[in-house]
Amino acid sequence: MVDDAVIRIAGNSQDGIQTIGGLLARLAGRTDQDVITYMTIPSTISGGPSIFQVRIGSGEILSPGDQADFLVAFYEHSFKSHIGFLREGGICLYDSDEVTPDTSDKRFTFVPVPLTSATVEAVGGTAKDRGKNMFALGLLCSVFDLDRPRLVEIISRQFGGKDESILRNALLAFDAGYAYPLGDILDLAFQLKPAVASGKNRVATDGNTAMALGLIAGGVRHGAGYPITPWSPIMEQLRVELPQYGGMFIQAEDELAAISIALGFSYSGHLAITGSAGPGLSLKMEALSWATMAEIPLIVINVQRGGPSTGLPTSVEQSDLMQAIYGSHGDCPRVVLAPKDVEDCFYIAIEAARIARKYSVPVIILSDQALSSRIEAFTEPDLAKVMVDPVLDLSPAPEDYKPYPLTGETRHAPPGTRMSGGSYPVVTGLEHDEMGHPTSNPDLHMKMTARRRNKLRRLEAELPTPEIYGDAQGEILLVGWGSTYGPIREAVSQLREKGLKLAAIHLRHLHPMAPGLEKVFDRYDHIFVIEMNDEGVYGQGQLATLLRSRFCNPKIRSICKTDGLTFKIREIISGIDDFIAVTA
Amino acid sequence: MSTITIKRPETSEPVAKLDKKALSADHPTWCPGCGDFAVLASFFKVVQNLGIPHEQICTIAGIGCSSRFPYFVNGHGVHYIHGRAIPLATGVSLSRPDLNIFVFGGDGDGFSIGGNHLEHAARKNLNLTYVIMDNFVYGLTKKQTSPTSPVGFKSKTDPWGAQDEPVNPMRKLVASGATFVARTHAAQINHMSEMFERAIKHPGFSVVEVLSECVVFFKGSFDAANPRKGGEFPLIPEKQWDESPDDWKAHDTTDLSKAIKLAEDPWPGKFGVFYEVERTTKNDNEHALIADAQAKVGNASSQEILAKRFARMR
Repeated sequence: MVDDAVIRIAGNSQDGIQTIGGLLARLAGRTDQDVITYMTIPSTISGGPSIFQVRIGSGEILSPGDQADFLVAFYEHSFKSHIGFLREGGICLYDSDEVTPDTSDKRFTFVPVPLTSATVEAVGGTAKDRGKNMFALGLLCSVFDLDRPRLVEIISRQFGGKDESILRNALLAFDAGYAYPLGDILDLAFQLKPAVASGKNRVATDGNTAMALGLIAGGVRHGAGYPITPWSPIMEQLRVELPQYGGMFIQAEDELAAISIALGFSYSGHLAITGSAGPGLSLKMEALSWATMAEIPLIVINVQRGGPSTGLPTSVEQSDLMQAIYGSHGDCPRVVLAPKDVEDCFYIAIEAARIARKYSVPVIILSDQALSSRIEAFTEPDLAKVMVDPVLDLSPAPEDYKPYPLTGETRHAPPGTRMSGGSYPVVTGLEHDEMGHPTSNPDLHMKMTARRRNKLRRLEAELPTPEIYGDAQGEILLVGWGSTYGPIREAVSQLREKGLKLAAIHLRHLHPMAPGLEKVFDRYDHIFVIEMNDEGVYGQGQLATLLRSRFCNPKIRSICKTDGLTFKIREIISGIDDFIAVTA
Repeated sequence: MSTITIKRPETSEPVAKLDKKALSADHPTWCPGCGDFAVLASFFKVVQNLGIPHEQICTIAGIGCSSRFPYFVNGHGVHYIHGRAIPLATGVSLSRPDLNIFVFGGDGDGFSIGGNHLEHAARKNLNLTYVIMDNFVYGLTKKQTSPTSPVGFKSKTDPWGAQDEPVNPMRKLVASGATFVARTHAAQINHMSEMFERAIKHPGFSVVEVLSECVVFFKGSFDAANPRKGGEFPLIPEKQWDESPDDWKAHDTTDLSKAIKLAEDPWPGKFGVFYEVERTTKNDNEHALIADAQAKVGNASSQEILAKRFARMR
């Protein structure tokens, strides 16, 4: 019996590797197991190596896992690239029609299965070897003693509704794989400890889907976007989902139009969303400054990928933090949030909508490629508690209508509002007075700049200090943001087991930051900021730079990386080791 | 037909008939003699004639001399960024069928920095009216070459005379798929008002190019089309379909190739409606998607719809 298992499936992207991974993840979510997945997708349209890794377990699963317990290799190149990732004592199941491994390597158990020919035999006809992914899934089902009837049900749901023969062939291949005699390997294999039933429904989905649904729960009904990896799935889902709620998502001709259409919706009284990846955010910057100046609420999602420029479009990086906070021209305050895991994508979208409405500000959500595509299981949200139904308020504006009071919150009168005083508002990007009327009065520009900034100070005052995970004081504090949450926590747990006194905090609010951080920092000897971006000319990553400038604290140092892959636990530990010995 | 219903607050207040005073806001900052004054006056006249309720007027503009327009109209308005007035207006038009949306801008905003948006709004046939006040020069930034500046025009960026072939606005607009395309002259206020009125009544993307002289940086640019300055103002004879003897010679405004041919007339060209057809609007299409989706979910609340979505991920 084991707590969890890491299964890595390696093949080519057209083999349906991601399909098996997704089905496994969905199964885990349904059986109260925790699950986290990880995939790499080649940026080419089809073809090229692809992997899917799924970690299933009965405890809290925080990261995809540093090493695999079980490797399925479809091709020689998959075998060669990924055997190094298998832990000693792990099992390598390979397609014996394609792969000829050196089986004298006694570190691993090799299990040959003629995936290709056995699939052809099982399915027959013109399908050729299509379906060998389902054959492999059947094998995994028997090795890991997974819940077969449920898996069959999930497969039927996935392939049902299409051409009947597709589902039939999928099940034929699955059953053949399940029935394939594997000999004594079954004794070696791991049976997962049964999970403790939570009594609550669990759902399994990816970060982009969770984000899209969070926006809907938060009362967002309108949006616009332009296709770019890895953001596109959010817009595809909103395009399909929103009409049911009386809203719409528009595919624009370019990024500038996308944010402008979204601002048109927001100006009209419908809080809207736009999004992109880093390159698209660059294009949206001018309009974003207008939103700050005109104080029009807006949600902007940036699913970060490797940059600069086209960079690594299908890899992960956290290098757009400075862009999110300081990009664009002029003093242009806006709110920046970052979800820590897939579940948080849902809740942070709701929070973004609340903040955007309350303070009439643009809110940027920094997701990333890893978070966007990986599947996690979490407790189904209590919609009765979170659901917001937006209302368009067109009641007549009073005679003393003042959209931008020097003290107090913004109040817009959306078009269609009767102005009782007879004077109608023009919303503008020019500096303006409290009535919204253009002025270049030097004193007013100072006051209005302060007004826009003070909205963020009021938000700061209402934010909770992030909770401390680990020792309340000690040697080391790890600081993270975004999708590094899981590996950082696991690193803390591993090092605490060795007797070190350390902790981690995770910042979900990046601009403004929650108050009270300096008091937390005081309680540790060393502070390491873990982030997936470059350490820059002066040796600090982007969040570390911000924290240093904010707190003038030389204890703050950086552990950065830019290999386009999520942090492994051992990389965090060895990063700390570079400063102070923790593994000796 | 729109399927989005915008709930309006009930009011017992009598709706005052709009006059020029009620419609006027800031005194225009345009230079004395600028053609844009006449465009504003004509706009006021048409809005009054059509009896558009005050709160339903929404003027939207980008950047440029003419794009100051919303400040001079007492109505809901947006002064947005350079070249992007059309996409912002797209969001307003699609989500607010209760409003009358007017976009104002110049040749730089429309044909240069915002050229791509113009193409796509025309193709999608968004329901709004776009008035391009074309003066063949960048005025606000003090005399640089514009996309409609004629070859040879001496500006600060082309002191030896403009070299690039200018945009042909009528040809571009007709070819892009705009469903109402007209051309007028700011000195011909009756003709301009007639074009505006027809544009506003047109369902879909209606564009009127107004030759509006910049008396400071391109004086006399449109004299050739102004009878008071010794020019001619040749109107397009529109086909009446009345079997009158000369009707066959008149312009068929539904004929795309004839409209493009008409756009090739030598300077100063003709004035009036080049092209006018009815085609499904983007607004109709989006609203139909909503109607279909809502029919499928029946009377389910938003919470019930989302709960169903989550149930599929269990």
